[in-house]
Amino acid sequence: MLTYSLRRAGAAVPTLFILVTLAFILIRLAPGGPFDTERQLPAAVEANLEQKYHLQEPLFQQYTDYLWGIAHGDFGPSFQYPDVTVTQLICAGFPVSFKLGASAMLLALTTGITLGVIAAVRQNRVTDYGVMMLAMLGISIPNFVLAPLLILCLAVYLDWLPAGGAENWQDYILPVITLAAVQIAYIARLTRGAMIEVLRSSFIRTARAKGLSMHIVLFRHALPAALAPVVSYVGPATAGIITGSVVVEAIFGLPGLGHHFVNGALNRDYTLVLGIVLFYGMLVILLNLIVDLLYAWLDPRIKY
Amino acid sequence: MANYKWIITLTVFATTALSMGCDLSTDTTNGPEITAAGEIVIRKGNGTEPQTLDPHRAQGVPEANILRDLYEGLISEAPSGKLVPGVAERWEISADGKAYTFHLRGNARWSNGAPVTAEDFVYSLRRSVDPITGSSYAAILSPIKNASAIIRGQKAPESLGVKAIGAHTIKIQLQAPTPYFLGLLTHTSTYPVYRPAVEKYGTTFTQPGNNVSNGAYRLTEWVIASHVTLRRNPYYWNNIKTRIDIVKYYGINDSEAEMRRYRAGELDWTASVPLGQLEWVQAHLPEEYRAAPYLGTYYYGLNLTRPPFKGNRAIREALSLAIDRKLLVEKVIRGGEIAAYGWVPPGVRNYTGQSFAYADWPRRRQIQVARRLYHQAGYSRSHPLSVEIRYNTSEDHQKIGTVIASMWKAVLGVKTTLINEEWKVFLQNVQARRATQVYRASWIGDYNDAYTFAELMHSRFGLNGAGYANPVYDHLLDQATTEVGKSQRRALLERAERMLLRDHPLIPIYFYVSKHLLKPYIEGYQDNIMDHHYTKDLRVRLRTGRHNDTPD
Repeated sequence: MLTYSLRRAGAAVPTLFILVTLAFILIRLAPGGPFDTERQLPAAVEANLEQKYHLQEPLFQQYTDYLWGIAHGDFGPSFQYPDVTVTQLICAGFPVSFKLGASAMLLALTTGITLGVIAAVRQNRVTDYGVMMLAMLGISIPNFVLAPLLILCLAVYLDWLPAGGAENWQDYILPVITLAAVQIAYIARLTRGAMIEVLRSSFIRTARAKGLSMHIVLFRHALPAALAPVVSYVGPATAGIITGSVVVEAIFGLPGLGHHFVNGALNRDYTLVLGIVLFYGMLVILLNLIVDLLYAWLDPRIKY
Repeated sequence: MANYKWIITLTVFATTALSMGCDLSTDTTNGPEITAAGEIVIRKGNGTEPQTLDPHRAQGVPEANILRDLYEGLISEAPSGKLVPGVAERWEISADGKAYTFHLRGNARWSNGAPVTAEDFVYSLRRSVDPITGSSYAAILSPIKNASAIIRGQKAPESLGVKAIGAHTIKIQLQAPTPYFLGLLTHTSTYPVYRPAVEKYGTTFTQPGNNVSNGAYRLTEWVIASHVTLRRNPYYWNNIKTRIDIVKYYGINDSEAEMRRYRAGELDWTASVPLGQLEWVQAHLPEEYRAAPYLGTYYYGLNLTRPPFKGNRAIREALSLAIDRKLLVEKVIRGGEIAAYGWVPPGVRNYTGQSFAYADWPRRRQIQVARRLYHQAGYSRSHPLSVEIRYNTSEDHQKIGTVIASMWKAVLGVKTTLINEEWKVFLQNVQARRATQVYRASWIGDYNDAYTFAELMHSRFGLNGAGYANPVYDHLLDQATTEVGKSQRRALLERAERMLLRDHPLIPIYFYVSKHLLKPYIEGYQDNIMDHHYTKDLRVRLRTGRHNDTPD
């Protein structure tokens, strides 16, 4: 398993290299530059700024300098926030995005799997229809609708929870619920489907024929087998939930990475965008590796 | 079947409960936040995240709001916007209006207790114009002797016309008499910075822990993309008058999100009010809504270097005439904005705003003349003008563009294409003047003087996206910069504006209005045209029966 992990890590290097190269070219192709504003900079000032960020050098040299920098763990200075470095911005933003994403995923997994199992056991009964109706709602209500609704009812009118910010743990409750809602729905549907299939298979019939209690049949025998599709879904979903919470971060005013990514791109903050692309790239690769390892642990037939 | 009934009943019940819950009115009159230590906190929505807290490199309004609390320049402003002594307690102006001598107050201190000296201002003003600093606002200091040459990199920063005479006197020599110079000294780019901190920490002197400031507050926390916290500066010379202990500035881009947090009682002050919610606000929170004229003009620029506007004044005037600005501000924008028939907004010091000759004409006559000019320019219903309006992507700009296009269509039969572009792309196109015809723009004055508007259309000013180059206009402006007499200067600038309006290189649409929501317990706020509000002048009214030291 260790050799397998190392091999995967080795294969990640060329992937990341291509990713950075493409991102570098694309952001430079975008019209406009980091110093274009409504106010024209005096020529001498602009020349000084370009020198500071090495923009006056040939593009290829800027590219090799950048690669040399990231090989040494230096993501460079931010254009948009001249007082801090990209590394500082990522270090400040990631914990917020991670807390948000990980809590949402945890909530989604526990609630989603529980609902899915209940629905499968009560297949084609009222409970099943109820759960599936909720799941359908969860999938079809976009988070930019759900978030303001939750804020309006729970924060503005009832005053139970904060409407935004990231200063206390309570601030995370509404964003986590918003972000988890869609995932709960997907996971519940996936679990239900897989569970129904597993419950019909012969090894479950054997287990029940042996006289095992319903609980043991469900949780020791059926659930691990039914979790495979959920696990393969969870890897990319976690990456997506950590990186893709841009909208939720904006609505709740959370200082996560999504905020920097979008604003960085709009402001042509070259180094910030590249830094985050690279960071996200590594994160997605890592999460996929973890999922593959989990797979082997859950399913004894898989060996690396 | 019984089960289904249950579900239906529950759903109906839940929906009604939810919608009823949402009809409850909010209690926004709860008091301000008070810490366990009894300190009074005020939480302000502040638009976007500040990019830097270096007063000499800051560009935006959010940065300036924070910097005004952190630092104090030679001159400061009262809540009404009136100029009042800042670090300088008095000053003398020479008879030719070109030399200013400021006497600093002896008790002005930095937040570490060190005295604020004339040398601090000399160092800071030099730093501000030094191209190495990279200030985008350096050019507004051009009135100071040698500043322009330093900004161009032709002279050393040491040659700037600023001299310390002893520890508490500073003499500033100007290139030409500049009647708005005192007002300029309230701008962040003239604020002093603490030399030892700048030299020790470089660009990170703006970070909490490194930062030393001389204003009513000092920086204690900066969480990027969330908030900036300031605490009162115990060494501030007028600290005894400061009523608010802690100010928190929240960078919230989305005005809808800002408003929700305001309504949930998490903010005491908003940077703006979403357009779509104005009616609701006026109906439900009239006491908390503050709107005031603001030093800005929303306009359409016309690219004079390309057809159809090149050398065709008639068509430019026809398009301007065809816009019913009154209808636009009253029925479309609906935020209390003022229809603009001139370039310089009303309320500017020592100035009377000029207007188009047709500003007060009845609408019928405006339409008649518009049509006549349109024909004069060689267009007709059968041979209509086709034109593009370019704007940076935003719902509001699109809305206004659509309405103006329909007015042009109805009055003249003009065929308009709306083109939206991402901000940076848009800026590049406007400045290149190759693709643009009509472009949306706005101009916010940097200081309270007509010149800040007039110079935009000077042929040598870099951002003249219209490509307007009128030697007579340029000459009037150049004359105004050297004119000693206040009324003569005023007359020159007013004449220049009339000329500009006659030539129609741009079509002013409306004058801006600043909009805030303020909790009713905040006192000491006054409207002013610059929309500058210093936290040191604010106070809060605590709920009756409560003491300062009761934890919230």
